[in-house]
Amino acid sequence: MVAKKAKPGQFIILRIDEKGERIPLTIADFDVQKGTITIIFQEVGKTTKRLGNLNEGDQILDFAGPLGNPIEIKRYGRVVCIGGGVGAASIYLKVKELAKARNKVISIIGARTKELLILEEELQKISDELYITTDDGSKGHHGFVTDILQKLIDERKNIDLVEAVGPVIMMKAVANVTRPHNIRTIVSLNPIMVDGTGMCGSCRVRVDGETKFTCVDGPEFDAHGVDFDHLMTRLQRYLTEEKLALVLG
Amino acid sequence: MTLRIPMQEQDPEKRIKNFEEVALGYSADQAVSEAKRCLHCADPGCINGCPVEVDIPDFIERIKDGSFDEAIRVVRNKNQLPAICGRVCPHENQCEKFCLLAKKGEPVAIGKLERFVADYDRQKGFKISSKPKSTGKKVAVVGSGPAGITVSADLAKLGYQVTLFEALHATGGVLVYGIPEFRLPKEIVRAEIDYIKKFGVSIKTGVIIGKTISIDELLEEFDAVFIGTGAGLPRWMDIPGEDLCGVYSANEFLTRINLMGAYLFPEYDTPIREGKKVAVIGGGNVAMDSARAALRLGADEVCILYRRTEKEMTARQEEIEHSKEEGIKFKFLTLPTKILGDEKGWVKKIECVRMELGDPDESGRRKPVIIKNSEFTIDVDTVIIAIGQSPNPLISRTTEGLQVTERGTLLVDENGMTSKEGVFAGGDIVSGAATVIESMGAGKRAARAIHEYISQK
Repeated sequence: MVAKKAKPGQFIILRIDEKGERIPLTIADFDVQKGTITIIFQEVGKTTKRLGNLNEGDQILDFAGPLGNPIEIKRYGRVVCIGGGVGAASIYLKVKELAKARNKVISIIGARTKELLILEEELQKISDELYITTDDGSKGHHGFVTDILQKLIDERKNIDLVEAVGPVIMMKAVANVTRPHNIRTIVSLNPIMVDGTGMCGSCRVRVDGETKFTCVDGPEFDAHGVDFDHLMTRLQRYLTEEKLALVLG
Repeated sequence: MTLRIPMQEQDPEKRIKNFEEVALGYSADQAVSEAKRCLHCADPGCINGCPVEVDIPDFIERIKDGSFDEAIRVVRNKNQLPAICGRVCPHENQCEKFCLLAKKGEPVAIGKLERFVADYDRQKGFKISSKPKSTGKKVAVVGSGPAGITVSADLAKLGYQVTLFEALHATGGVLVYGIPEFRLPKEIVRAEIDYIKKFGVSIKTGVIIGKTISIDELLEEFDAVFIGTGAGLPRWMDIPGEDLCGVYSANEFLTRINLMGAYLFPEYDTPIREGKKVAVIGGGNVAMDSARAALRLGADEVCILYRRTEKEMTARQEEIEHSKEEGIKFKFLTLPTKILGDEKGWVKKIECVRMELGDPDESGRRKPVIIKNSEFTIDVDTVIIAIGQSPNPLISRTTEGLQVTERGTLLVDENGMTSKEGVFAGGDIVSGAATVIESMGAGKRAARAIHEYISQK
């Protein structure tokens, strides 16, 4: 049911069991025929760790979506898609659909170290060009995704759209790189959510000085208007509790 | 004249440390004694005071006779959710207001009697006489709050095949995400939902109409659609500092606690910050619920900031009294103007101004006016904004041809039909935030209109 409606940029909310929390995850891929949704996650907190411990065939209690607004798929021209860490999972579907819409798609994926790189082969197949960066230099360019982006901008002038998903600090850096060149840049935000349907405002972010709910107004926003520092602060709200939950398992 | 029989309650000292229900209910003897206070007057105003027109004198008469099974049958004839209404209805403004005894002293405790028979029935295990004959027609109901539950039950009883869609993982809408356990135990909501399932209502949770399935797609499969998605969009003050960490909409605060079980963290996975000095802004039931929940989470001090006076508060009398007993502080004629944070982005203080009452406004209540140079600050670490909710915009945003008013509510005709043929709406999505019983009343009217519409089609 969810697969039939899924579009790039949207997310789902899942809950493992009765005592579980509701967490949003980006739709990484979908198959309408099989009725499946692919999600890719990094085991960072209690819920994602437990999710990682499930076996094929196991069931979870709730899986609802698709939520949020999709990105507009059309012919932009040359598009640069940037995925930092697990953010690569969020750009995969966008690259796929943007390529289908006859865009020239350049993908950049970055991670701390080569073991954390994901979807390299898959993105290689569907992108016109793929660049890889690692913070420690274990693979590809030794440095950040923004180094490559800056290079691309310096080399050729016509980048029509940049799509970036990853850690807040990376998205902020991408926005700073493209801003002086006036390149339209879209980021997918990842604040703390509860219901995911516009009811609580836990996911509120500041965009162009206005308060927006990421779950219904986003998750995709124009990067040049986003207050990334505010988002970073609000992401810290439950650090103590998140650590405690991990320790207690 | 005898005074009404008081209902036993958990002691305030004890109850502020738990989330269990505050009011403990009548015993059978107490219920019979209270029922005996009814004068069975010739022109009972109580019935007219009830938005769903329960035959109150009749059910009270049967309690008096000890025929509790008969009493609940009379109540359920009109009211699908008596255990809930018995607990959360503002009886003092409805049935009890028109009780003859109210003029001379204390009205019959109609709400408490309703609760008694509903609890009696639930503890015995619900029975339904017989499944209604199927009409072969299908109705989709969107939203499982009070309006949706009522429409579903009424139409199922008429033989419709009803599918009830809920976006969240639990059914009950505001009854489960909004109203706390200590006022309305979730077990009671579950039991009432089980009751409507017995009539053959099929319930689908985690289906977000407007996203997972569109209204137009529902219309292809169903003969009519009812939208009862409520007022779930939190309102903000639009003052500086509302985005600081430690500032919650009442919806977020209560959803974390009620729906997600955050008060049981870390047994439950969803956390909540336990504020020590909490300010709640607002004067309705949601403000009282938030304040009392914050107290139960372990706050040292909780105060309610309200820009008018006690008299204008919209909360039920009982909630205000319970809040006071529990030590909630009230700062009336106080309007917050700014929330101040520390260097890390957390709430530290709230700045307010004092108000005085001026001339009556459109609501008939005297309008609060700011007193010049009356600024003062209060130290707080948590702020909860409970100044009301607007209609949920998810469906109006995703459905073509649905007319919406300036307030974001759905526009309906006198039969509750929206601007889209076959699509009806009722409850808070039409009226704006109101009470459980008013939404149920709207649900009842919509069920009748849908029945008529499908019958004539």
